[in-house]
Parts: sequence; C-alpha cells; structure tokens
Amino acid sequence: MSAIAALLPALMPKLAAHVLISASAIGLAILIALPLAVWASRSRLVARLALGFASLVQTIPALALLALFFPLLLSLRGLFGEGVPTLGFLPALMALTLYALLPILRNAVTARARLDPGVLEAADGVGMTGWQKLVLVEAPLAAPFIMAGIRTASVWTIGAATLASTIGQPSLGDPIFAGLQTQNWALVLAGCLLSAGIALVADGLIGLIEAGLARRKPWLTGAGIGAVALGICAALAAQGAARQERPIVIAAKQFSEQYILARLIGARLEAAGLRVEYRDGLGSAVVHSALASSAIDISVDYTGTIWANYLKRSDNPGREEVYRTIRAWEAETHGIRVLGRLGFENAYAFAMRPDRARALGVARLDDLARVAPQLVIGGDPEFFERPEWRAVRDAYGLSFRQSRNFAPTFMYDALASGEADVISAYTSDGRIAADGLVVLADPRQALPSYEALLMLSPRIARDERVERALAPLVGAISVEAMRAANYAVDRKDGAKLTPAEAAAELARAAGL
Amino acid sequence: MPLLCLEEVVCRFGAQEAVRSVSLSIAAGSFVALVGASGSGKTTLLKTVNALIRPAAGRVLLAGEDVTRLPPARLRRRVGYVFQGIGLFPHMTVAQNIAIGPRLAGERLPPERIARLLELVELDPAFARRMPDQLSGGQRQRVGVARALAGGPEMLLMDEPFGALDPVTRDSLGRKVRDLHESLGLTTVMVTHDMAEALLLADRVLVMERGALVADESPRALLAGAGGAAAQALVAVPRQQAARLAALEDGR
Repeated sequence: MSAIAALLPALMPKLAAHVLISASAIGLAILIALPLAVWASRSRLVARLALGFASLVQTIPALALLALFFPLLLSLRGLFGEGVPTLGFLPALMALTLYALLPILRNAVTARARLDPGVLEAADGVGMTGWQKLVLVEAPLAAPFIMAGIRTASVWTIGAATLASTIGQPSLGDPIFAGLQTQNWALVLAGCLLSAGIALVADGLIGLIEAGLARRKPWLTGAGIGAVALGICAALAAQGAARQERPIVIAAKQFSEQYILARLIGARLEAAGLRVEYRDGLGSAVVHSALASSAIDISVDYTGTIWANYLKRSDNPGREEVYRTIRAWEAETHGIRVLGRLGFENAYAFAMRPDRARALGVARLDDLARVAPQLVIGGDPEFFERPEWRAVRDAYGLSFRQSRNFAPTFMYDALASGEADVISAYTSDGRIAADGLVVLADPRQALPSYEALLMLSPRIARDERVERALAPLVGAISVEAMRAANYAVDRKDGAKLTPAEAAAELARAAGL
Repeated sequence: MPLLCLEEVVCRFGAQEAVRSVSLSIAAGSFVALVGASGSGKTTLLKTVNALIRPAAGRVLLAGEDVTRLPPARLRRRVGYVFQGIGLFPHMTVAQNIAIGPRLAGERLPPERIARLLELVELDPAFARRMPDQLSGGQRQRVGVARALAGGPEMLLMDEPFGALDPVTRDSLGRKVRDLHESLGLTTVMVTHDMAEALLLADRVLVMERGALVADESPRALLAGAGGAAAQALVAVPRQQAARLAALEDGR
C-alpha cells in the first residue's frame, strides 16, 4: 500500500491529462448528441440512423476504435496537409467521443419518446412554438434521464481513456501499461486506483446533478455542476503549469527493453539540461509514423522491423547493406535521422526448454520441422503476421499443432508452464540465459537481422545538443549488457529493478 | 354575426377522413355540447377551432378571422382549452401552470390574479405554490380550467374535461363550469361521449357520427324525440337508466 502511495504524486500529470481528455470527449459527445436527439424526436428516420450508428460504434472494441483513427487521420493529411495530428489528443478525443455518444443519445431519445403525450398536447394547446415547447417543457422533463445517460457515458469514457495511451495520448493508461510490461504491480494498481477514483467521483457528482434535476432542487444541481467544473479547472491548471516549451518526447514500445532504453536516453538528455517526456506503451505500428510526424522525437527501432514493414522488402542483402539502405531511405522519405546502431541485436529466435529439446532431439530449426505437428508455438501478438515467420515457416516447412499469442513478458511463463513448447524469443532477452533456454540454430539463415537503431524525428534531427548527448550511445551497448538489463527488469525476485534503475546499471556496464 | 363559424371543414389522417365537410355556426354566449361515440371525429373537429389541427379543406372563422392565419400564441389566448388528459406541466407549480399562456405572450400574471383564478375554480389560493403531483385528480382539473381562463378568453374549448374524474367530482365541477360560463360571459364548446352530461349542461347539443354532423338540437327537443336515430340512440341510454332507477325506488 505504501509503495502505491509513494507513486501517486508522480502520477498527477497523468491524472490531469486523463481528466481533461475524458471531460473533452464527454463534452463534445453532449454537444453532438443533444441536438441530434432533438432532431431524432422530430424524425423517425434520423432516430433510427443515429441510434443505429451509435450502437454500431459501441460494438467495436475501444482499443480497436482508438487504433482505427490513426490511419484515418493519416489519410486526411492528403486532404488537409501535414498539419493534421495523427496521434495524441485528437484521435483519442474523436474515438472516445464516438464511444460516449450512445448512452447520451439513447437516453435523450428515450426520454423524449416517453414524455406524457397529454403534457405535449397541452404545450401546443397553450400556444407554445416548437422552440418554446423544447425549452420550457421537453428539455426540463427529459433532463434527469439525459443526465443519467451522461453519467453512464462518463464512467465508460474514464475507463476507456486508459487505452488512449496506446495512441500516444498521456493518461492513467501510461502507468498501467508500463507496469504491466515491467511487472511492477504497484504501478499498475496506482494507475487503476486513480482511474477508478475519477470514475467514482464523476459518477457521484453527476448523480448529484441528476438528483437535483429529478427532485427539482436547483441548489443540488448547481453544487454538482460547480464541483465538476472545479475538477476540470484544477486539471487544466495542473496541465497549464506543466506545459512550457515542448519537451523532447521519447517513445517506448510495449516491452521492457524499450522502457529501459527510453530511460537511458532520457537520463543522458536530462544530464545535458534538456527537458524530456516519456510516451510509454505505444503500439509498434504507431511509433514509426509518430516519429515521422514529430509527434514523438526519439525512438529505438530495429532494422528488421523497418525493412519488412516500411520498405516492404523481403530479400536479405546482408546487414551492412540493410543498414545503409534504411538510413538513406528514412532521411529521404521522412526526414528521420538514424543517429546510429546501438550495438546489439534483438532478432527473432526460436527457443525451447532444454529438457523438452533434449527429449524431442531438437537443436536446429530443421529438427523442429520434424516434430512440429505435435507442438504448440507461442508468439508475441504480431509475430504470426510478420514476413519473418512466413520466411522461416516456408524455409523449413514448419507446421504446428497450434499457435498462440502471448504478451512478450508472459511468453517465457507459457514456456515454463508447458502452455507452449517453443516460443518466438528475442536474442537480447535476458530470460534466455536466466532460464537456460536452448536457442535453435538457423542453418538456412531464414531469420533477418534486427539491429537496434537510435532514431530522431525531423523536429530534432539537427539538434546539436541532442546529438552530443546521444552520440556516445552508438555502438556502446553489447547484447550481453542488454540481456542483463532486460533480465533485471523482468525478474520477479528481490533483485528486480525499475526500468530507470536498470538503465543506470546499463550505462555503468557500457562505460558511459 | 356568430362568434365561431365552420365552413365545410374536412380533416384527413392519411387516407382516412375523420371529419367530412362539417358546416356550423355558434353564437356568442352559447354552451354547446359535441356528443358522439369514440372515433366519431368530435375531438378532431374541436381541435380545428384553436388550430391544433389544420383542416384539409374548408375554413374555421373566429369572429370572422381565419384561425389558421392567426399567430398561435395570440389565438390560444382568445381560446382557452381544457384537455382530456388535463396536461398540467409536472415541473411547474400551480401558479406557473396557470400563468403559462400569458407568459408566452410576454405578460406576467400578478399573484392577485392567480389567487382570483384559483377562487373562481374553488381552490384555496395557497395552492398556487404546490406542484401538480400534490393535487387530487379533481383539483388538477380545476387548475386546468383556471389555466384555460387565465388569458381572459372569449371561447372555452373542453375535450372530455371530466372524463377522468369520479362521479361526485364530475358533477360538482360540471356545475361549476356552467356557472363560470354564465358569470364570465363565455362561449363554450364541450366534447363528451356522455349524453346525460350534455343534456344537463349545454343549451345546444350537436351529435356526430362517422365524421358527419347528424343532429343539432336543444336538450329539450332531443328529449322530445327530435334529432334522428343516432341522436335518439344516445338519448335512450340515460333515459332508460333514469327509468330503471325510478322503478327501483317505486318497487321498494
């Protein structure tokens, strides 16, 4: 408990960002839903279309909805130019607004449909115009039900806003995702508790407004609205205080190595007097585009990833040639600067428990092909979609009984517990050595190289202070040092380190 | 000149003709009952008078002016309307409900006037601050009548005004409305399906059947057998009830 309490002060900026993105989404949803509900009450077709659309949106998982806005906004750049942000606040706002629409719209439409027809007739009978009827009769009578819809939408939105982390919008999802990856449960719990806390407070306050409207107690309504406004203002003030010049934004994908390297880079920049900010837990596909648009400034990516995903190449001309081609291509097409190679490789490899490997007589990938039909293979969520997998599968004729997806950190647990017989491991992963795993040899060289690259966004590509601070990292990190650092974060015993501590350790080991 | 004049009024709902070419004139000061079975078109015809329903053909003239050409708020101040469902606004106090018509026309009704209107319908002026859900059904309809009278109308339209009330309240409120009709010099049109109520309160009874006006008689003439088969069928009901009650009394 005290570990969680100690984390809370540092999470206040995330809390403020979380409140603001949620409040903006709910506010925008109200602005869209209420006029739409009025229109829907006067046209059956509009009612059906609007509710149908909102229900359809609701069936899309929140995470997928957030992810879908990235390519959508990217395509809008063709129309409106490079100024359209593709990551961060805008896509998060759009996705969460769509998500909040349904409960507000549905309650407003239902409330209007359930109004006593005698009362509506009386409104006409005493001579009200359409507008007077709306303002004097329909709105006040429907208000408590509409407020109940807003309340539901708020609780949903505050929960779903944690997922906005994956598209680069700071929120309480940052500590949750970071903690999940590094198995820092106190961090996960702190993020969850704060997010649940906001949801409960919002639920209570909007409930107050709702009760005030239903029981016609204006002071209760006023108190509720005042408290909500106060909370939003406090979040605004907190964020305003934090925002001066834009800091250098360092991205980390969703695995431990990325968190450690981000802290290593961040520490060096801070030592050089620069302000930094971390975007943790970004989706792998999002990082590259985010860097190209300068939504983030620094990332560590891997030659194999860029070669296959962005250059769309499947040939293998050798590691030097791959590196030179990527470096030139990034500079030319995106203005991204590849500062250099860090020195280690994080390639895909196939790993097995030594006892299983011995029992099945497997030492190389061609041995594996023989017994594969009886085995279960575990891979990270993107592995089975990657060209490397197809290349290896086709090169060796691999066909498994079953393939399962695991988050990278849980893959080794699956191997240990026997839920998977063989996993797609990474060469820099500390747990290969720690668990004494057997890495299967690749005699046909089907797996491409994955050298770690230090990449700078167009915004800071020519920043000399950044270059001076980071140049010493190039070629400085051996695969052994990286493995040790990764293991220090992934291990579960008392010697477990935070990513920041492991980064400091790594800097010492690399002689920096 | 008659106060209200209907000229060949036709109303349609889709393909269905609810009112088929009704012509009629009503003199100022008369109390007219519009009687008929459910679905005979009597409520539809009534609603054309304050332009809640626009006729598909024909004209409705109030003191010579076509009601569909008058601004709704002004028309509805001149024509008070008492609804079948009462239709008090549940989020407004009794006083706010009564004052709504003048308020829409941009006038504030002073508290003395509201107290006076409550007295007219025999309610304590202290009721002004109550909410509708704190009143009984009879009290609510009294407020409904006060609201209809608040604008100082020339005409009072009532659609089944006592339909939802118990027989005792119904009788006393019926008499009260008749008294108000006299003392305020109103012209009143009341829709009802209860012929006994029509005969006892009105001085002219119109009978509607399937959208057409089939009888237009005084209560005395109807009781004497005038008005045709449809009207006599409606008169027969209270007459037979009265006869059975008399027989019960005699047979004791």
